[in-house]
Amino acid sequence: MNDDITTTDCNVADDVVPDCKETIRELDIFLDGEISAAHSEAIRAHLDGCMDCLGAFDFHAELKAVIATKCNNDEMPPDLLRRIERCFATDFDGDGRIG
Amino acid sequence: MADQADFAAEAMQYAPQLFSGALRMTRNRSDAEDLVQETYLKGYRSFHTFTEGTNLRAWLFRIMTNTYINSYRAKQRRPDETELGDFEDLYLYKHLSTLQATGLGRSAEESLMEMLPDAEVKQALEDLPDNFRLPVILADVEGFSYKEIAEMLDIPIGTVMSRLHRGRKAMQKALHDFALQRGLVSEKS
Repeated sequence: MNDDITTTDCNVADDVVPDCKETIRELDIFLDGEISAAHSEAIRAHLDGCMDCLGAFDFHAELKAVIATKCNNDEMPPDLLRRIERCFATDFDGDGRIG
Repeated sequence: MADQADFAAEAMQYAPQLFSGALRMTRNRSDAEDLVQETYLKGYRSFHTFTEGTNLRAWLFRIMTNTYINSYRAKQRRPDETELGDFEDLYLYKHLSTLQATGLGRSAEESLMEMLPDAEVKQALEDLPDNFRLPVILADVEGFSYKEIAEMLDIPIGTVMSRLHRGRKAMQKALHDFALQRGLVSEKS
């Protein structure tokens, strides 16, 4: 793995295509789906020609999916739903707590 | 105006996600149960203010996040840890080559899903200071947009982005450290 990924020259000829440094800077907003369509196209154009950046993007996309899966699989206590629904029927004093 | 009678039918489906989110926030099962219950009771009580056709899941998470910040965070008496080490970009990605040398890194076929145990991923997230943990939970676990997170936490979008960036790096550093500990191998420099 090239330690200097942010400054690697990827030989991308088209001058509207961002370089590695600019591409890596956009990694978060690209993977978070917060990038504009035009900007997204430019990033994709860079990734098409740069295995280093593509590797980094793929890795972080996978990591994001792993975190989402592994941090969202906790088993709820079986009676929690029933307890909550029972509270809906119980009048309470409006402080958000039972009673 | 949303009808209170419909609340249970529409809202209870989000309970498992709320419970996982609550666990990552409170780091404690009993507090997480209370937080989810309180969220639903508040939601039930104020369901008339919910605009039908908007995102009910986001609305519930907003209530839960506010409830956590206003009561549970205070209750936990943790110092307001705003400081977080600054780590290099692409931390885990760059350090995986070192891990490969120790036999802990992934082979070409091994996915991160197999390489990172559930407990370590949860721990790495839960160890983040609140200011960074909440944006990471809301973005990476729950998939909310920067705008939704900014509204839930009442901070500017730019702040959401910078906290996400730093929180994610710190989490990657923790995952890397866990992997090293697991292998009982020191990192070559």
